[in-house]
Amino acid sequence: MKEKQGTRKTGTDPIYSQVTRAEIEDFLYQEAALLDAWKLDEWLALLTNDAYYRVPSNDRPESDPGGTLFTIADDIARIRSRVARLKDRNAHAEAPPSRTRRLITNVRIVEKQPLRVEANFVVYRYRSNDDARQYVGRYRYLLRREGGRLRIAGREAILDAMELASLGAVSFIL
Amino acid sequence: MRLIVNQPQAFRFEVNRAALVDPAIHELEQRRIFDRCWIYVGHESELAAPGDFKTRAVAGRPVIFCRNGENQVRVFLNTCRHRGSLVCRSREGNAERYTCFYHGWTYDRDGALYAVPGQSAYPPNFDKAAFSLKAPPRVEAYRGFVFLSFDPGAVSLDEYLGNAKEYIDLVIDQSPSGEMQVIQGTQEYDIRANWKLLVENSFDDYHLLSTHSTWLDYLKNSGVEMKRPEKGEMLPAHGAGKDLGNGHATTDNVNFRGRPVARWIPIYGEAAKPELEKIRTELVARLGEARAARVADTNRNLIVFPNLVIADGSSVTIRTFQPLAADRMRVTAWALGPKEESATARAVRLDSFLTFYGPGGFATPDDIAALESVQQGLASYREIPWSVMSRGMAKEGEQLNTDELHLRAFWIQWDKLMSQ
Repeated sequence: MKEKQGTRKTGTDPIYSQVTRAEIEDFLYQEAALLDAWKLDEWLALLTNDAYYRVPSNDRPESDPGGTLFTIADDIARIRSRVARLKDRNAHAEAPPSRTRRLITNVRIVEKQPLRVEANFVVYRYRSNDDARQYVGRYRYLLRREGGRLRIAGREAILDAMELASLGAVSFIL
Repeated sequence: MRLIVNQPQAFRFEVNRAALVDPAIHELEQRRIFDRCWIYVGHESELAAPGDFKTRAVAGRPVIFCRNGENQVRVFLNTCRHRGSLVCRSREGNAERYTCFYHGWTYDRDGALYAVPGQSAYPPNFDKAAFSLKAPPRVEAYRGFVFLSFDPGAVSLDEYLGNAKEYIDLVIDQSPSGEMQVIQGTQEYDIRANWKLLVENSFDDYHLLSTHSTWLDYLKNSGVEMKRPEKGEMLPAHGAGKDLGNGHATTDNVNFRGRPVARWIPIYGEAAKPELEKIRTELVARLGEARAARVADTNRNLIVFPNLVIADGSSVTIRTFQPLAADRMRVTAWALGPKEESATARAVRLDSFLTFYGPGGFATPDDIAALESVQQGLASYREIPWSVMSRGMAKEGEQLNTDELHLRAFWIQWDKLMSQ
Protein backbone atom coordinates (compact mmCIF):
# COMPACT_ATOMS: atom_id res chain seq x y z
CA MET A 1 0.00 0.00 0.00
CA LYS A 2 2.92 2.36 0.74
CA GLU A 3 4.01 2.56 -2.86
CA LYS A 4 0.47 3.26 -4.02
CA GLN A 5 0.15 6.38 -1.88
CA GLY A 6 3.17 7.88 -3.59
CA THR A 7 1.83 7.31 -7.08
CA ARG A 8 -1.83 8.25 -6.69
CA LYS A 9 -1.96 11.55 -8.57
CA THR A 10 -4.38 12.98 -11.09
CA GLY A 11 -2.38 11.84 -14.11
CA THR A 12 -1.11 8.34 -14.82
CA ASP A 13 2.35 7.52 -13.57
CA PRO A 14 4.69 6.62 -16.49
CA ILE A 15 5.42 3.21 -14.98
CA TYR A 16 1.76 2.43 -15.55
CA SER A 17 1.03 4.46 -18.70
CA GLN A 18 3.83 2.64 -20.55
CA VAL A 19 2.59 -0.86 -19.74
CA THR A 20 1.71 -2.93 -22.81
CA ARG A 21 -0.53 -5.91 -23.36
CA ALA A 22 2.50 -7.90 -24.49
CA GLU A 23 4.19 -7.31 -21.16
CA ILE A 24 1.05 -8.33 -19.28
CA GLU A 25 0.66 -11.45 -21.41
CA ASP A 26 4.23 -12.50 -20.76
CA PHE A 27 3.62 -12.04 -17.07
CA LEU A 28 0.36 -14.06 -17.02
CA TYR A 29 1.90 -16.84 -19.10
CA GLN A 30 4.81 -16.99 -16.68
CA GLU A 31 2.40 -17.24 -13.77
CA ALA A 32 0.43 -19.99 -15.54
CA ALA A 33 3.64 -21.93 -16.20
CA LEU A 34 4.60 -21.77 -12.50
CA LEU A 35 1.16 -22.95 -11.38
CA ASP A 36 1.03 -25.79 -13.91
CA ALA A 37 4.50 -26.88 -12.77
CA TRP A 38 3.41 -26.67 -9.10
CA LYS A 39 6.27 -24.26 -8.41
CA LEU A 40 4.15 -22.73 -5.71
CA ASP A 41 6.89 -20.90 -3.80
CA GLU A 42 7.99 -19.18 -6.99
CA TRP A 43 4.36 -18.34 -7.65
CA LEU A 44 4.06 -16.82 -4.15
CA ALA A 45 7.00 -14.57 -5.01
CA LEU A 46 4.83 -12.98 -7.72
CA LEU A 47 2.35 -11.73 -5.11
CA THR A 48 2.45 -8.49 -3.15
CA ASN A 49 2.37 -8.62 0.65
CA ASP A 50 -1.27 -7.56 0.63
CA ALA A 51 -2.47 -9.79 -2.22
CA TYR A 52 -5.81 -11.54 -2.29
CA TYR A 53 -7.05 -14.60 -4.20
CA ARG A 54 -10.75 -15.17 -4.70
CA VAL A 55 -13.13 -17.57 -6.37
CA PRO A 56 -16.72 -16.33 -5.96
CA SER A 57 -19.65 -18.70 -5.60
CA ASN A 58 -20.99 -19.57 -9.02
CA ASP A 59 -24.40 -18.02 -8.36
CA ARG A 60 -22.98 -14.70 -7.11
CA PRO A 61 -20.05 -13.98 -9.45
CA GLU A 62 -20.05 -10.23 -8.72
CA SER A 63 -19.94 -9.96 -4.96
CA ASP A 64 -17.94 -8.97 -1.95
CA PRO A 65 -16.61 -11.74 0.32
CA GLY A 66 -17.51 -9.73 3.44
CA GLY A 67 -21.21 -10.30 2.83
CA THR A 68 -21.36 -13.22 0.41
CA LEU A 69 -20.22 -16.80 0.75
CA PHE A 70 -17.36 -17.42 -1.68
CA THR A 71 -15.68 -20.66 -2.69
CA ILE A 72 -12.30 -19.10 -1.89
CA ALA A 73 -11.56 -15.67 -0.36
CA ASP A 74 -7.92 -15.70 0.76
CA ASP A 75 -5.89 -12.81 2.06
CA ILE A 76 -2.11 -13.12 1.74
CA ALA A 77 -1.78 -15.03 5.03
CA ARG A 78 -4.40 -17.55 3.88
CA ILE A 79 -2.76 -17.82 0.45
CA ARG A 80 0.54 -18.71 2.13
CA SER A 81 -1.24 -21.24 4.34
CA ARG A 82 -2.96 -22.66 1.26
CA VAL A 83 0.39 -23.15 -0.44
CA ALA A 84 1.88 -24.72 2.71
CA ARG A 85 -1.10 -27.08 2.81
CA LEU A 86 -0.84 -27.99 -0.87
CA LYS A 87 2.84 -28.85 -0.44
CA ASP A 88 1.96 -31.24 2.40
CA ARG A 89 1.45 -34.84 1.28
CA ASN A 90 -1.56 -34.95 3.62
CA ALA A 91 -3.52 -32.51 1.46
CA HIS A 92 -5.27 -35.60 0.15
CA ALA A 93 -7.36 -33.88 -2.52
CA GLU A 94 -4.10 -32.91 -4.25
CA ALA A 95 -1.87 -35.80 -3.31
CA PRO A 96 -0.46 -36.63 -5.73
CA PRO A 97 -0.90 -33.21 -7.34
CA SER A 98 -3.35 -32.90 -10.23
CA ARG A 99 -1.95 -32.27 -13.65
CA THR A 100 -3.24 -28.96 -14.90
CA ARG A 101 -2.84 -27.05 -18.15
CA ARG A 102 -3.92 -23.43 -18.36
CA LEU A 103 -4.83 -21.67 -21.57
CA ILE A 104 -5.02 -17.92 -21.12
CA THR A 105 -6.45 -15.71 -23.84
CA ASN A 106 -8.34 -12.47 -24.55
CA VAL A 107 -6.02 -10.50 -22.30
CA ARG A 108 -7.24 -6.93 -21.88
CA ILE A 109 -5.94 -3.97 -19.91
CA VAL A 110 -9.11 -2.59 -18.38
CA GLU A 111 -7.58 0.28 -16.45
CA LYS A 112 -3.99 1.51 -16.17
CA GLN A 113 -3.88 3.06 -12.74
CA PRO A 114 -4.69 1.11 -10.73
CA LEU A 115 -3.62 -1.54 -13.22
CA ARG A 116 -6.59 -3.81 -13.81
CA VAL A 117 -6.40 -6.67 -16.28
CA GLU A 118 -8.91 -9.26 -17.41
CA ALA A 119 -8.28 -12.50 -19.26
CA ASN A 120 -10.18 -15.64 -20.21
CA PHE A 121 -9.02 -19.02 -19.03
CA VAL A 122 -9.54 -22.71 -19.53
CA VAL A 123 -7.85 -24.91 -16.96
CA TYR A 124 -7.80 -28.60 -17.82
CA ARG A 125 -7.32 -30.79 -14.80
CA TYR A 126 -6.42 -34.47 -14.76
CA ARG A 127 -6.12 -37.01 -11.99
CA SER A 128 -5.74 -40.77 -11.99
CA ASN A 129 -9.04 -42.65 -11.80
CA ASP A 130 -10.98 -39.49 -12.49
CA ASP A 131 -12.74 -37.76 -15.36
CA ALA A 132 -10.95 -34.86 -17.04
CA ARG A 133 -12.38 -31.57 -15.81
CA GLN A 134 -12.49 -28.20 -17.55
CA TYR A 135 -12.62 -25.03 -15.47
CA VAL A 136 -13.68 -22.20 -17.76
CA GLY A 137 -13.98 -18.54 -16.82
CA ARG A 138 -12.26 -15.21 -16.59
CA TYR A 139 -9.54 -13.77 -14.42
CA ARG A 140 -9.67 -10.33 -12.91
CA TYR A 141 -6.24 -9.11 -11.86
CA LEU A 142 -5.09 -6.15 -9.86
CA LEU A 143 -1.40 -5.69 -10.75
CA ARG A 144 1.21 -3.37 -9.32
CA ARG A 145 4.78 -2.49 -10.07
CA GLU A 146 7.22 -3.15 -7.27
CA GLY A 147 10.84 -2.34 -7.97
CA GLY A 148 10.04 -2.16 -11.65
CA ARG A 149 8.53 -5.65 -11.74
CA LEU A 150 4.90 -6.53 -12.18
CA ARG A 151 3.36 -8.11 -9.10
CA ILE A 152 -0.09 -9.52 -8.36
CA ALA A 153 -1.98 -7.53 -5.76
CA GLY A 154 -5.21 -9.41 -6.38
CA ARG A 155 -6.53 -12.16 -8.58
CA GLU A 156 -10.08 -13.35 -8.89
CA ALA A 157 -11.06 -16.42 -10.89
CA ILE A 158 -14.70 -16.23 -11.92
CA LEU A 159 -16.10 -19.50 -13.22
CA ASP A 160 -18.73 -19.56 -15.95
CA ALA A 161 -20.38 -22.81 -14.81
CA MET A 162 -23.82 -22.16 -13.26
CA GLU A 163 -22.78 -24.36 -10.36
CA LEU A 164 -19.58 -26.25 -9.63
CA ALA A 165 -21.48 -29.53 -10.15
CA SER A 166 -19.19 -32.05 -11.85
CA LEU A 167 -16.17 -29.77 -11.38
CA GLY A 168 -16.32 -30.85 -7.73
CA ALA A 169 -13.82 -29.09 -5.50
CA VAL A 170 -11.42 -26.26 -6.31
CA SER A 171 -8.55 -27.91 -4.47
CA PHE A 172 -5.67 -26.65 -6.62
CA ILE A 173 -4.91 -22.97 -7.29
CA LEU A 174 -7.24 -21.92 -10.07
CA MET B 1 -30.56 -59.28 1.36
CA ARG B 2 -29.31 -58.41 4.82
CA LEU B 3 -28.08 -54.81 4.73
CA ILE B 4 -26.72 -54.41 8.23
CA VAL B 5 -25.54 -56.75 10.98
CA ASN B 6 -26.44 -55.38 14.40
CA GLN B 7 -25.54 -57.67 17.32
CA PRO B 8 -24.97 -55.51 20.41
CA GLN B 9 -24.26 -58.50 22.68
CA ALA B 10 -21.59 -59.75 20.32
CA PHE B 11 -20.27 -56.20 19.79
CA ARG B 12 -20.85 -56.56 16.09
CA PHE B 13 -22.09 -53.90 13.73
CA GLU B 14 -21.47 -54.13 10.02
CA VAL B 15 -22.84 -52.43 6.93
CA ASN B 16 -23.33 -54.32 3.69
CA ARG B 17 -21.27 -52.50 1.08
CA ALA B 18 -23.92 -53.27 -1.54
CA ALA B 19 -25.97 -50.53 0.15
CA LEU B 20 -23.41 -48.05 -1.20
CA VAL B 21 -22.97 -49.55 -4.66
CA ASP B 22 -25.98 -51.49 -5.92
CA PRO B 23 -28.25 -49.50 -8.32
CA ALA B 24 -31.26 -51.62 -7.26
CA ILE B 25 -30.80 -50.56 -3.64
CA HIS B 26 -30.40 -46.96 -4.80
CA GLU B 27 -33.75 -47.22 -6.63
CA LEU B 28 -35.45 -48.80 -3.64
CA GLU B 29 -34.25 -46.13 -1.23
CA GLN B 30 -35.79 -43.41 -3.40
CA ARG B 31 -39.15 -44.97 -2.55
CA ARG B 32 -38.59 -46.22 0.96
CA ILE B 33 -36.49 -43.37 2.33
CA PHE B 34 -37.00 -40.25 0.23
CA ASP B 35 -40.73 -40.76 -0.45
CA ARG B 36 -41.52 -41.30 3.22
CA CYS B 37 -39.31 -39.01 5.30
CA TRP B 38 -39.42 -35.27 5.83
CA ILE B 39 -36.93 -33.86 3.34
CA TYR B 40 -35.33 -30.43 3.65
CA VAL B 41 -36.43 -27.90 1.01
CA GLY B 42 -34.91 -24.60 2.12
CA HIS B 43 -34.85 -21.83 4.67
CA GLU B 44 -37.59 -19.19 4.83
CA SER B 45 -34.96 -16.42 4.81
CA GLU B 46 -33.98 -17.38 1.25
CA LEU B 47 -37.27 -15.83 0.17
CA ALA B 48 -37.26 -12.21 1.27
CA ALA B 49 -40.40 -10.76 -0.33
CA PRO B 50 -43.79 -11.80 -1.73
CA GLY B 51 -43.29 -13.51 -5.10
CA ASP B 52 -39.65 -14.49 -4.46
CA PHE B 53 -38.82 -17.97 -5.67
CA LYS B 54 -36.00 -20.49 -5.89
CA THR B 55 -36.09 -23.65 -7.96
CA ARG B 56 -34.24 -26.75 -6.82
CA ALA B 57 -34.32 -30.54 -6.78
CA VAL B 58 -35.72 -32.14 -3.64
CA ALA B 59 -36.01 -35.91 -3.29
CA GLY B 60 -35.42 -36.23 -7.03
CA ARG B 61 -38.27 -33.86 -7.97
CA PRO B 62 -37.95 -30.37 -9.40
CA VAL B 63 -39.70 -27.97 -7.01
CA ILE B 64 -40.50 -24.27 -6.80
CA PHE B 65 -39.85 -22.91 -3.31
CA CYS B 66 -41.57 -19.56 -3.16
CA ARG B 67 -43.75 -16.99 -1.47
CA ASN B 68 -47.27 -16.19 -2.62
CA GLY B 69 -48.78 -12.70 -2.79
CA GLU B 70 -49.54 -12.81 0.94
CA ASN B 71 -45.90 -13.64 1.74
CA GLN B 72 -46.72 -17.23 2.76
CA VAL B 73 -44.16 -19.90 1.89
CA ARG B 74 -45.30 -22.35 -0.78
CA VAL B 75 -43.73 -25.41 -2.37
CA PHE B 76 -44.91 -26.69 -5.77
CA LEU B 77 -43.78 -29.47 -8.04
CA ASN B 78 -42.18 -27.64 -10.92
CA THR B 79 -44.08 -29.34 -13.74
CA CYS B 80 -46.81 -28.06 -16.01
CA ARG B 81 -50.13 -29.87 -15.63
CA HIS B 82 -50.48 -29.82 -19.43
CA ARG B 83 -47.46 -31.71 -20.82
CA GLY B 84 -45.05 -31.68 -17.95
CA SER B 85 -42.47 -29.04 -18.84
CA LEU B 86 -40.76 -27.12 -16.07
CA VAL B 87 -43.01 -24.16 -15.35
CA CYS B 88 -40.14 -22.11 -13.99
CA ARG B 89 -36.68 -22.50 -15.51
CA SER B 90 -34.86 -19.77 -13.61
CA ARG B 91 -32.76 -20.58 -10.58
CA GLU B 92 -34.22 -17.72 -8.58
CA GLY B 93 -36.13 -14.50 -8.93
CA ASN B 94 -39.43 -12.81 -8.24
CA ALA B 95 -42.59 -13.69 -10.14
CA GLU B 96 -46.09 -12.32 -10.43
CA ARG B 97 -47.11 -15.50 -12.29
CA TYR B 98 -45.43 -18.63 -13.62
CA THR B 99 -45.83 -19.20 -17.34
CA CYS B 100 -44.87 -22.45 -19.00
CA PHE B 101 -43.20 -21.35 -22.22
CA TYR B 102 -44.17 -24.49 -24.17
CA HIS B 103 -47.89 -23.80 -24.73
CA GLY B 104 -48.28 -20.79 -22.49
CA TRP B 105 -50.25 -22.15 -19.54
CA THR B 106 -49.94 -19.62 -16.73
CA TYR B 107 -50.23 -20.18 -12.98
CA ASP B 108 -50.58 -17.69 -10.15
CA ARG B 109 -48.40 -17.64 -7.03
CA ASP B 110 -50.78 -19.95 -5.20
CA GLY B 111 -50.44 -22.47 -8.00
CA ALA B 112 -53.91 -21.93 -9.47
CA LEU B 113 -54.15 -22.22 -13.26
CA TYR B 114 -54.71 -18.60 -14.28
CA ALA B 115 -54.79 -18.67 -18.08
CA VAL B 116 -54.86 -21.27 -20.86
CA PRO B 117 -54.28 -19.94 -24.40
CA GLY B 118 -57.10 -21.01 -26.73
CA GLN B 119 -59.11 -22.46 -23.89
CA SER B 120 -62.30 -22.60 -25.99
CA ALA B 121 -60.99 -25.62 -27.92
CA TYR B 122 -61.08 -27.80 -24.81
CA PRO B 123 -64.30 -29.76 -24.32
CA PRO B 124 -66.90 -28.49 -21.81
CA ASN B 125 -65.65 -30.91 -19.13
CA PHE B 126 -62.25 -29.17 -19.00
CA ASP B 127 -62.02 -27.69 -15.52
CA LYS B 128 -59.20 -25.22 -14.90
CA ALA B 129 -59.53 -25.74 -11.16
CA ALA B 130 -58.40 -29.34 -11.62
CA PHE B 131 -55.06 -28.28 -13.09
CA SER B 132 -53.39 -26.29 -10.36
CA LEU B 133 -49.67 -26.70 -9.76
CA LYS B 134 -49.37 -29.67 -7.49
CA ALA B 135 -47.96 -29.17 -4.00
CA PRO B 136 -46.26 -32.06 -2.18
CA PRO B 137 -48.76 -33.74 0.18
CA ARG B 138 -47.07 -32.22 3.24
CA VAL B 139 -45.06 -29.04 3.74
CA GLU B 140 -44.14 -27.91 7.26
CA ALA B 141 -41.49 -25.72 8.85
CA TYR B 142 -39.57 -25.69 12.09
CA ARG B 143 -38.11 -22.30 13.05
CA GLY B 144 -37.51 -21.28 9.46
CA PHE B 145 -36.36 -24.68 8.15
CA VAL B 146 -38.90 -25.84 5.54
CA PHE B 147 -39.39 -29.53 4.81
CA LEU B 148 -41.70 -31.55 2.57
CA SER B 149 -42.95 -35.09 2.71
CA PHE B 150 -44.42 -37.17 -0.08
CA ASP B 151 -46.12 -39.38 2.50
CA PRO B 152 -49.60 -37.93 3.24
CA GLY B 153 -49.71 -40.00 6.44
CA ALA B 154 -46.33 -38.87 7.79
CA VAL B 155 -46.18 -37.81 11.45
CA SER B 156 -45.92 -34.05 11.94
CA LEU B 157 -42.53 -32.45 11.26
CA ASP B 158 -42.39 -31.50 14.92
CA GLU B 159 -42.79 -35.10 16.02
CA TYR B 160 -40.41 -36.31 13.30
CA LEU B 161 -37.61 -33.95 14.37
CA GLY B 162 -38.09 -34.92 18.03
CA ASN B 163 -34.82 -34.61 19.95
CA ALA B 164 -33.08 -33.01 16.96
CA LYS B 165 -34.99 -29.79 17.73
CA GLU B 166 -32.84 -29.19 20.80
CA TYR B 167 -29.75 -29.02 18.57
CA ILE B 168 -31.43 -26.80 15.98
CA ASP B 169 -32.45 -24.49 18.84
CA LEU B 170 -28.81 -24.25 19.96
CA VAL B 171 -27.91 -22.91 16.53
CA ILE B 172 -30.78 -20.44 16.48
CA ASP B 173 -29.91 -19.16 19.95
CA GLN B 174 -26.86 -17.51 18.36
CA SER B 175 -29.25 -14.84 17.10
CA PRO B 176 -30.48 -12.10 19.48
CA SER B 177 -33.78 -11.94 17.57
CA GLY B 178 -34.09 -15.71 17.25
CA GLU B 179 -33.90 -15.36 13.48
CA MET B 180 -31.16 -16.88 11.41
CA GLN B 181 -30.60 -16.05 7.77
CA VAL B 182 -29.15 -17.92 4.83
CA ILE B 183 -26.34 -15.73 3.50
CA GLN B 184 -26.14 -15.28 -0.27
CA GLY B 185 -23.65 -17.41 -2.20
CA THR B 186 -24.38 -21.10 -2.79
CA GLN B 187 -21.87 -23.90 -2.94
CA GLU B 188 -23.18 -26.63 -5.20
CA TYR B 189 -20.93 -29.48 -6.18
CA ASP B 190 -21.01 -33.17 -6.98
CA ILE B 191 -19.24 -35.95 -5.19
CA ARG B 192 -18.66 -39.21 -7.01
CA ALA B 193 -19.79 -41.26 -4.06
CA ASN B 194 -22.91 -42.65 -2.44
CA TRP B 195 -24.82 -40.04 -0.42
CA LYS B 196 -24.74 -42.12 2.78
CA LEU B 197 -20.96 -41.81 2.83
CA LEU B 198 -21.41 -38.06 3.25
CA VAL B 199 -23.87 -38.65 6.10
CA GLU B 200 -21.19 -40.68 7.87
CA ASN B 201 -18.40 -38.25 7.02
CA SER B 202 -20.37 -35.20 8.18
CA PHE B 203 -20.21 -36.24 11.82
CA ASP B 204 -17.55 -38.92 12.01
CA ASP B 205 -14.86 -37.24 14.13
CA TYR B 206 -12.70 -40.37 13.97
CA HIS B 207 -11.34 -39.24 10.58
CA LEU B 208 -10.33 -35.77 11.77
CA LEU B 209 -6.70 -36.51 12.67
CA SER B 210 -5.81 -38.50 9.59
CA THR B 211 -7.89 -36.80 6.90
CA HIS B 212 -7.56 -33.23 8.19
CA SER B 213 -4.04 -33.05 9.60
CA THR B 214 -3.27 -30.12 7.30
CA TRP B 215 -6.24 -28.20 8.72
CA LEU B 216 -5.12 -28.92 12.28
CA ASP B 217 -1.59 -27.79 11.32
CA TYR B 218 -3.06 -24.62 9.86
CA LEU B 219 -4.85 -23.83 13.13
CA LYS B 220 -1.75 -24.63 15.20
CA ASN B 221 0.52 -22.54 12.99
CA SER B 222 -1.94 -19.68 13.23
CA GLY B 223 -1.66 -19.67 17.01
CA VAL B 224 -4.68 -21.75 18.03
CA GLU B 225 -3.89 -23.62 21.22
CA MET B 226 -4.37 -27.40 20.98
CA LYS B 227 -4.34 -29.44 24.13
CA ARG B 228 -3.05 -32.98 24.24
CA PRO B 229 -5.99 -35.38 24.17
CA GLU B 230 -7.19 -36.78 27.51
CA LYS B 231 -6.48 -40.43 28.21
CA GLY B 232 -8.53 -42.69 25.95
CA GLU B 233 -9.43 -39.85 23.61
CA MET B 234 -8.08 -38.78 20.24
CA LEU B 235 -8.89 -35.09 19.89
CA PRO B 236 -7.80 -31.90 21.70
CA ALA B 237 -11.24 -31.53 23.34
CA HIS B 238 -13.83 -33.93 24.70
CA GLY B 239 -16.77 -34.74 22.43
CA ALA B 240 -19.72 -37.09 22.45
CA GLY B 241 -21.70 -38.90 19.78
CA LYS B 242 -25.46 -39.01 20.40
CA ASP B 243 -28.39 -40.95 19.00
CA LEU B 244 -31.37 -38.55 18.85
CA GLY B 245 -33.94 -41.09 17.64
CA ASN B 246 -35.72 -41.43 14.25
CA GLY B 247 -32.31 -41.74 12.58
CA HIS B 248 -31.20 -38.27 13.67
CA ALA B 249 -27.88 -38.07 15.46
CA THR B 250 -25.23 -35.55 16.38
CA THR B 251 -21.82 -34.88 17.74
CA ASP B 252 -21.75 -32.72 20.84
CA ASN B 253 -18.25 -31.37 21.36
CA VAL B 254 -16.36 -29.08 23.67
CA ASN B 255 -15.02 -26.48 21.28
CA PHE B 256 -11.33 -26.08 20.44
CA ARG B 257 -11.66 -24.29 17.10
CA GLY B 258 -12.54 -20.67 16.38
CA ARG B 259 -16.25 -19.83 16.35
CA PRO B 260 -17.93 -16.67 15.08
CA VAL B 261 -20.24 -16.98 18.13
CA ALA B 262 -18.07 -16.53 20.07
CA ARG B 263 -14.53 -17.76 20.34
CA TRP B 264 -11.85 -15.55 18.87
CA ILE B 265 -8.75 -17.08 17.31
CA PRO B 266 -5.77 -15.17 15.86
CA ILE B 267 -6.94 -16.02 12.31
CA TYR B 268 -9.84 -13.57 12.80
CA GLY B 269 -7.43 -10.69 13.37
CA GLU B 270 -7.03 -8.34 16.34
CA ALA B 271 -9.60 -5.94 14.90
CA ALA B 272 -12.37 -8.51 15.32
CA LYS B 273 -11.64 -9.17 18.98
CA PRO B 274 -13.90 -6.47 20.50
CA GLU B 275 -16.75 -7.56 18.20
CA LEU B 276 -16.56 -11.15 19.41
CA GLU B 277 -16.43 -9.96 23.02
CA LYS B 278 -19.57 -7.93 22.35
CA ILE B 279 -21.31 -10.99 20.91
CA ARG B 280 -20.31 -12.96 23.97
CA THR B 281 -21.61 -10.30 26.34
CA GLU B 282 -24.96 -10.16 24.52
CA LEU B 283 -25.20 -13.93 24.65
CA VAL B 284 -24.65 -14.04 28.41
CA ALA B 285 -27.08 -11.18 29.04
CA ARG B 286 -29.80 -12.84 26.99
CA LEU B 287 -29.30 -16.50 27.82
CA GLY B 288 -27.39 -16.58 31.12
CA GLU B 289 -23.86 -17.93 31.64
CA ALA B 290 -24.71 -21.60 31.32
CA ARG B 291 -26.77 -21.44 28.15
CA ALA B 292 -24.36 -18.93 26.58
CA ALA B 293 -21.50 -21.36 27.20
CA ARG B 294 -23.58 -24.18 25.74
CA VAL B 295 -24.18 -22.16 22.57
CA ALA B 296 -20.69 -20.72 22.17
CA ASP B 297 -18.28 -23.20 23.76
CA THR B 298 -19.68 -26.40 22.33
CA ASN B 299 -20.02 -27.31 18.68
CA ARG B 300 -22.11 -29.90 16.92
CA ASN B 301 -22.64 -31.57 13.59
CA LEU B 302 -26.26 -32.63 13.39
CA ILE B 303 -27.78 -35.08 10.90
CA VAL B 304 -31.50 -34.70 10.33
CA PHE B 305 -32.42 -38.01 8.73
CA PRO B 306 -31.91 -38.65 5.91
CA ASN B 307 -30.02 -35.90 4.06
CA LEU B 308 -29.76 -32.65 6.00
CA VAL B 309 -26.60 -31.69 7.86
CA ILE B 310 -26.36 -28.65 10.10
CA ALA B 311 -22.72 -28.22 11.01
CA ASP B 312 -22.25 -25.63 13.75
CA GLY B 313 -18.47 -25.58 14.07
CA SER B 314 -16.06 -23.09 12.48
CA SER B 315 -19.22 -21.36 11.22
CA VAL B 316 -22.73 -22.63 10.57
CA THR B 317 -23.37 -24.50 7.35
CA ILE B 318 -26.57 -26.07 6.14
CA ARG B 319 -25.77 -28.85 3.75
CA THR B 320 -28.17 -31.10 1.92
CA PHE B 321 -27.45 -33.66 -0.76
CA GLN B 322 -29.48 -35.38 -3.44
CA PRO B 323 -28.50 -38.83 -4.64
CA LEU B 324 -28.04 -38.75 -8.43
CA ALA B 325 -27.04 -42.41 -8.74
CA ALA B 326 -25.73 -45.09 -6.41
CA ASP B 327 -22.25 -43.63 -6.81
CA ARG B 328 -22.97 -39.93 -7.19
CA MET B 329 -24.60 -37.08 -5.27
CA ARG B 330 -25.09 -33.35 -5.62
CA VAL B 331 -24.33 -31.33 -2.51
CA THR B 332 -25.82 -27.90 -1.87
CA ALA B 333 -24.38 -25.88 1.01
CA TRP B 334 -25.17 -22.49 2.48
CA ALA B 335 -23.83 -20.34 5.29
CA LEU B 336 -26.27 -19.39 8.05
CA GLY B 337 -25.92 -16.39 10.36
CA PRO B 338 -27.93 -14.20 12.73
CA LYS B 339 -30.14 -11.88 10.73
CA GLU B 340 -29.06 -8.76 12.62
CA GLU B 341 -25.34 -9.52 12.79
CA SER B 342 -22.95 -6.60 12.17
CA ALA B 343 -20.88 -6.30 9.01
CA THR B 344 -17.73 -7.17 11.01
CA ALA B 345 -19.32 -10.25 12.58
CA ARG B 346 -20.70 -11.34 9.21
CA ALA B 347 -17.26 -11.03 7.60
CA VAL B 348 -15.68 -13.07 10.41
CA ARG B 349 -18.40 -15.72 10.04
CA LEU B 350 -17.83 -16.08 6.30
CA ASP B 351 -14.05 -16.03 6.61
CA SER B 352 -14.16 -18.65 9.34
CA PHE B 353 -16.46 -20.77 7.16
CA LEU B 354 -13.82 -20.89 4.45
CA THR B 355 -11.06 -22.03 6.80
CA PHE B 356 -12.72 -25.44 6.88
CA TYR B 357 -15.88 -25.86 4.80
CA GLY B 358 -16.70 -25.94 1.15
CA PRO B 359 -15.10 -26.93 -2.14
CA GLY B 360 -12.27 -24.41 -1.68
CA GLY B 361 -11.88 -24.80 2.11
CA PHE B 362 -8.94 -26.34 3.92
CA ALA B 363 -10.86 -29.49 4.90
CA THR B 364 -13.88 -30.30 2.70
CA PRO B 365 -11.84 -31.08 -0.46
CA ASP B 366 -10.02 -33.79 1.49
CA ASP B 367 -13.37 -35.19 2.66
CA ILE B 368 -14.51 -35.33 -0.94
CA ALA B 369 -11.28 -37.12 -1.86
CA ALA B 370 -11.88 -39.60 0.95
CA LEU B 371 -15.45 -40.39 -0.12
CA GLU B 372 -14.47 -40.78 -3.76
CA SER B 373 -11.63 -43.04 -2.71
CA VAL B 374 -14.06 -45.16 -0.67
CA GLN B 375 -16.46 -45.41 -3.61
CA GLN B 376 -13.67 -46.61 -5.87
CA GLY B 377 -12.55 -49.17 -3.32
CA LEU B 378 -16.11 -50.45 -2.94
CA ALA B 379 -15.99 -51.87 -6.47
CA SER B 380 -14.74 -55.03 -4.78
CA TYR B 381 -17.89 -55.27 -2.63
CA ARG B 382 -18.61 -58.80 -3.79
CA GLU B 383 -15.26 -60.00 -2.41
CA ILE B 384 -15.40 -57.85 0.74
CA PRO B 385 -19.10 -57.40 1.46
CA TRP B 386 -19.02 -55.82 4.93
CA SER B 387 -17.74 -52.60 6.51
CA VAL B 388 -17.13 -52.68 10.26
CA MET B 389 -18.75 -49.93 12.36
CA SER B 390 -18.39 -51.12 15.95
CA ARG B 391 -16.34 -48.38 17.62
CA GLY B 392 -17.47 -47.86 21.19
CA MET B 393 -19.82 -50.86 21.25
CA ALA B 394 -18.14 -52.59 24.18
CA LYS B 395 -18.16 -49.40 26.23
CA GLU B 396 -20.62 -48.57 29.02
CA GLY B 397 -22.04 -45.06 29.23
CA GLU B 398 -21.15 -42.10 27.07
CA GLN B 399 -20.01 -42.63 23.50
CA LEU B 400 -17.35 -40.35 22.06
CA ASN B 401 -17.55 -38.38 18.83
CA THR B 402 -14.75 -40.67 17.59
CA ASP B 403 -16.90 -43.71 18.38
CA GLU B 404 -19.60 -44.78 15.98
CA LEU B 405 -22.85 -44.86 17.95
CA HIS B 406 -24.19 -41.87 15.99
CA LEU B 407 -23.27 -43.47 12.67
CA ARG B 408 -24.99 -46.68 13.72
CA ALA B 409 -28.11 -44.70 14.70
CA PHE B 410 -28.39 -43.45 11.12
CA TRP B 411 -27.85 -46.88 9.59
CA ILE B 412 -30.30 -48.62 11.94
CA GLN B 413 -33.09 -46.23 10.89
CA TRP B 414 -32.12 -46.54 7.25
CA ASP B 415 -32.24 -50.33 7.50
CA LYS B 416 -35.58 -50.23 9.31
CA LEU B 417 -37.19 -48.12 6.58
CA MET B 418 -35.59 -50.16 3.79
CA SER B 419 -37.02 -53.40 5.16
CA GLN B 420 -40.64 -52.19 5.53
